[in-house]
Amino acid sequence: MKNDIKFVQGNEACVEAALYAGLDFFAGYPITPSTEIAEHMAVRLPQIGGKFLQMEDEIASLCAIIGASLTGNKVMTATSGPGFSLMQEALGYAIMAEIPCVIVNVQRGGPSTGLPTHASQGDINQARWGTHGDHGIIALTASSHQDLFDITIEAFNLAETYRTPVLLMLDEIIGHMRERLFVPKPGKIPLVSRLKTSVKQGVDYHPYLPREDGRLPMSDFGGVHRYNVTGLFHDMWGFPTDNPQIVHGLLRHLLDKINNNVHLIAKYKEYFLEDATTILVSYGSSARSALHLVKNRRNRGERLGLLELQTLWPFPYGIIREKCAHARHVIVVEMNMGQIVREVKIAVEDPEKVFLANRIDGGFITPTDIRNIIRLIQGKGV
Amino acid sequence: MGKPKLKELHIRQDWCKGCGICVHFCPQKVLELDDKDKAFAARPQDCISCRLCELRCPDLAIEVETEEE
Amino acid sequence: MAIKDYLRERFFPHMWCPGCGHGTVLNGMLRAIENLALEKNDIVMVSGIGCSARITGYVDFHTLHTIHGRALAFATGVKMSRPDLNLIVPMGDGDALAIGGNHFIHAARRNIDITAIIMNNRIYGMTGGQFSPLTGYGKMATTAPYANIDHAFDTVSLAISAGATFVARTTTYHVKQLTDIIQKAIQHKGFSVVEVLTQCPTYFGRKNKEGGAVEMLENYKNSTTPVGSQAGQVNPDLIERGIFVEKQMPEYCSEYSKIIQKAVKRK
Repeated sequence: MKNDIKFVQGNEACVEAALYAGLDFFAGYPITPSTEIAEHMAVRLPQIGGKFLQMEDEIASLCAIIGASLTGNKVMTATSGPGFSLMQEALGYAIMAEIPCVIVNVQRGGPSTGLPTHASQGDINQARWGTHGDHGIIALTASSHQDLFDITIEAFNLAETYRTPVLLMLDEIIGHMRERLFVPKPGKIPLVSRLKTSVKQGVDYHPYLPREDGRLPMSDFGGVHRYNVTGLFHDMWGFPTDNPQIVHGLLRHLLDKINNNVHLIAKYKEYFLEDATTILVSYGSSARSALHLVKNRRNRGERLGLLELQTLWPFPYGIIREKCAHARHVIVVEMNMGQIVREVKIAVEDPEKVFLANRIDGGFITPTDIRNIIRLIQGKGV
Repeated sequence: MGKPKLKELHIRQDWCKGCGICVHFCPQKVLELDDKDKAFAARPQDCISCRLCELRCPDLAIEVETEEE
Repeated sequence: MAIKDYLRERFFPHMWCPGCGHGTVLNGMLRAIENLALEKNDIVMVSGIGCSARITGYVDFHTLHTIHGRALAFATGVKMSRPDLNLIVPMGDGDALAIGGNHFIHAARRNIDITAIIMNNRIYGMTGGQFSPLTGYGKMATTAPYANIDHAFDTVSLAISAGATFVARTTTYHVKQLTDIIQKAIQHKGFSVVEVLTQCPTYFGRKNKEGGAVEMLENYKNSTTPVGSQAGQVNPDLIERGIFVEKQMPEYCSEYSKIIQKAVKRK
């Protein structure tokens, strides 16, 4: 089969994966370092009869894909920090109204305009807590183009399964780096399609009444069931209510449908953890340096291991606790002032053994950077 | 075709908020507000079925039912 | 179909204040839809936030009650994916032209086939009477306690400049025109804007000593004139109402379907 191996940027790998996952509709606004996603979408989507829209800003982009999702489409938008900030209100709407969609944030340095063309992982907590009010959220990431391909498809699958927005937290390195991508044949990777209601026309349909398994079958806007969608607390028909029992039930549902399924959602990769006395915990492009270092030091007999997180939210506390139980040191490698390290400290029994190895100057954290910090932690000096 | 003539002026009392728009703008002064500030047809015999009350009612409370004369 | 067949009657009486013009806009809009004999399943109504936005709750269509100012952006997504549906977007003046101003001009610029109805009561009613971009210079509001120094947009001029291909204005007094204009706006292929002057007796009327609903409607009768009329030329203070622009231009969804044809060929 021709063209199944490509040499592409991560942003393009993300586009190919989204198309593989069945993307129908993309709306976005140009912003570095995510722009190539919109550019490739503009070329690729109409080729398969899909729709690409360049909107007037990131707010409108997310709103447009929410509208498109309601009609039964698989939808995506992509942005970077400033645009992600603008999207927070509509993100909350998608959470509240339970609209499947995928939002890519190719992270740059922040705050504000920050470092548009440099590496950072500074938006991880924003992904969790950026929109107001209590809520559950799913955020994924990847460290290579091949993983990114799989994880992007997983993002669409989770969005449909849990009827929720899913955040894909990439970073500038992954977005702009070029490497090999193998595109599997269609059907090779399982896809989750929209769960549609079996309720017939003329029969009362409840868009917000979960089935026994917690899933909520949808009915396409413009189809045979007319219902209401709102960002207000709502009843099972989607109509606004402030009935305390319904409000309580809906908020619990929005949290529980994600937090009770961490074991199904959490994806990670592990390297040499069995006998590791020092475990690196990392994600995204930082995990590439961490893995390089681990392999390098293993060759010299050091008992170093790596736990690479692909699911950042809901945070897999149980997995961290279990995997890190016997390590002397747990070192979280990330390009921020310590966002995932907080969660790791909460997860492990002894938070004193958890350290941060970071870099925040826009430069890519290198194996040497990590090595130097480990030596300091181990009391060996650099 | 004959001229439409009022058969009945339906006013949903539970929907009417008593704003008085229908009363004031009725060209024949057919409508009035009762002591509970609800519109009612005081002089239905004068109605010319222009339907302006029905169209203007902000509460969607009025329906003018007509029959052929 | 009678207009009550388009209502979700269980939510009546509605939540709007006595004499609020929004109910009259709903009334006229439903009559327009009735005249066009549109199927309920073919209508998607999208609203934002505010008194106006509650309109979606009352109608038995596909209804999308969104966030403040963004209704047109949501509607754009729905329309682009289902161009066969009728998209009607009622908005308040603040919703459409303050927080939503950017989406408004860009939806107009694209000429996407959506009917935008701006229910202009010149005030933020839901939050209790603050000035909006249409309140106007010298008017009173809770956030303009010493009189407003902000000048108002002219919605019609703004819509025309932004590229809307159907632009009209009417009032809740002129109910036959209201129904007629909304009907034409829905039929128009392209972005249509209908500004309806609608009374808020509770806040705008009271703050500005314009009386109750009846007096405010009398004012609409006396202070407006048909577009292009002699009276309007003699007295420029009169507000013109009627259809200002009605023209055919390439519509966005149709244009995009041509893009798809091009892209598929070049694949």
